[in-house]
Amino acid sequence: MLFKTLSKPEFRNLVDLLLGSTEVIAPKQIGVNNDGKPLHHYLPVQEFEEIDLEYEITEYSAKSYFLPFRENLSSCRFEDDDWTQEIHYRLQPRVLMGLHSCDINALLKLDKVLAGDRFPSPYFISRRRNTFIIGIDHYPCEGGFCQSVGADVVTHGFDLYLTDLGDRYFVAINSDHGYNVLMQVDAKDTTGQDNKDYLEARQRIASKFEPLNMHNLPNLMDIEFESEVWKRWGKKCLSCGSCTMVCPTCYCYGVDERVSMDGREGAKVKQLYSCNLLDFAAVAGGHNFRADRETRLKYRYYHQHRGFMETYEEPLCVGCNRCGRVCLAGINPPEIIRDLQTEDQV
Amino acid sequence: MTNLFHPYYITQEAEMTQPLDYNRRSRLKHVDQVFRSEIINVIPLTDMEKLFQLRILDEAERERFSFLPGQFVMVEVPGYGEIPISISSSPSHKGYIELCIRKAGVVTSILHKANRGAVVGLRGPFGTHFPIEKMRRNNILLIAGGLGLAPLRAPILNVIENRTDFKDVHILYGTRQSDMLLFSYQYEEWNRIADINLRVIVEQADPTWTGSVGLITDLLKEMRIEPMQTYAIICGPPVMFKFVCAHLQQEGIPMDRMFVSLERRMHCGMGKCCRCNIGSTYTCLSGPVFDYWTVMNLKEAI
Repeated sequence: MLFKTLSKPEFRNLVDLLLGSTEVIAPKQIGVNNDGKPLHHYLPVQEFEEIDLEYEITEYSAKSYFLPFRENLSSCRFEDDDWTQEIHYRLQPRVLMGLHSCDINALLKLDKVLAGDRFPSPYFISRRRNTFIIGIDHYPCEGGFCQSVGADVVTHGFDLYLTDLGDRYFVAINSDHGYNVLMQVDAKDTTGQDNKDYLEARQRIASKFEPLNMHNLPNLMDIEFESEVWKRWGKKCLSCGSCTMVCPTCYCYGVDERVSMDGREGAKVKQLYSCNLLDFAAVAGGHNFRADRETRLKYRYYHQHRGFMETYEEPLCVGCNRCGRVCLAGINPPEIIRDLQTEDQV
Repeated sequence: MTNLFHPYYITQEAEMTQPLDYNRRSRLKHVDQVFRSEIINVIPLTDMEKLFQLRILDEAERERFSFLPGQFVMVEVPGYGEIPISISSSPSHKGYIELCIRKAGVVTSILHKANRGAVVGLRGPFGTHFPIEKMRRNNILLIAGGLGLAPLRAPILNVIENRTDFKDVHILYGTRQSDMLLFSYQYEEWNRIADINLRVIVEQADPTWTGSVGLITDLLKEMRIEPMQTYAIICGPPVMFKFVCAHLQQEGIPMDRMFVSLERRMHCGMGKCCRCNIGSTYTCLSGPVFDYWTVMNLKEAI
């Protein structure tokens, strides 16, 4: 990997350049919560001042820019008792900046499912290839356990990645596009002092994590399959699906067809779904393979920490705890995982 | 200043400009593009089920479309929706398929109103198939319960067309009532083929029924099975194949020589939407055909 440094004024020049060139999406404060803590979203920005790179976490993940809540898979035109199909992919380039390591790792995991070798999705890949990603290092966020699932560090999946060294950024460059963009401003070669400062900054970040015991979790998931833990937490679940909406890696969906009022046009629309919603696995004839909420809650965890592990040797979860933050019933992964770890141990 | 951000045109990738062929599953393509297909005949089977004979309209697409017994297609009725349906016809007819569809929801209800000449969209074929190629030189048990005859009819026709490759062939079919029997017009034909043993049984006989009465497992009890020279394909509701497989296992047939086809909700057919997950196994990719040992190892399969 190539590294450069960028002074803070030069960084501002870079952002202004990006703002003048294309659409820029960045973390932006949208309000405060009941405790007065700031709330952030990844949103389109026009001015440098709108961007807040000091944010702790965005309520929604960056997933929305690759797997939008609703997306037209195909359109249909009805004419003279017949129909024709049309398909479009999103081609507009844009910059997505300020992603933390968890959100970049999440994109890498989505790549495995949606851009892998089994039916790669042109909808996803087109958005992915048209997005320029700038990541940034940060201190652990409250409730987050990204280090315990190996998502606190990134080595690819971005164009540029920043580490704040006070008066300057340490910049990792992971693509020629990233290099070309960075070379538009006055980026400096790294010195021995830069490297030392960078490693110290990383050490400071690493020292702030509180480890969560993930030991043997995939097997534990199988052993505790019928466990009371699921019944206890399942009882609280409202089956609202908020957890999957904010999750950076939940990708499941449903497809519906819509017809325009004049009946001349139709669309096959994909909409993100949630495995916690009641009819997720209901089939024709009325049978529901996952009729109980505890079963549905369990399978979200089962997919994240057991199923994905089986296929890709890593959990799907990136430890951002957004699902825990958003849950109205207080269900959160650190507590569930702790319960699973201690349930049958004396 | 030069433009730093050029659109990336995915449609110009080589794989995207080649003709659509779902069997080349590992390549990038317009995965939501359908084969426009015409309903050439509608054959009512019972009050609830109809057989739809479909032909892909485009000649080149018809030439490329092939499938294996046990695979399914996604059927789209534009404006109404898209549903997974297993193919009920023989794989030897190119670009032509038959789908046995029960009226159960929005899409199937509109299909039941469709006439000859209506055009629907097909994507696929998707999923695993019954490994008939492995079953050569063995006895074959083809067992269906209820609507299970729909997916089973593809391997039945495939086996009949290649009858010399196999030893004894038994077709066993059971339903709850005699008016629920599917493809009853074909039994005569199948039965007349020397060396194919077709047995049909119903749970509750009405006065006109002259055949056997009982459960599908009753038919099995009357049979002599050579366990190490027999393969079984079982299609039907979980409660049925559970008992059938348990019986066959008692007879000594290894679980990896029994194949079942599982049904789940599906929205994509390509391992993306997660709706067909059994545990975290995708029915659309790893199934719908599974050997019974695999099924035993899937949590929540039965």
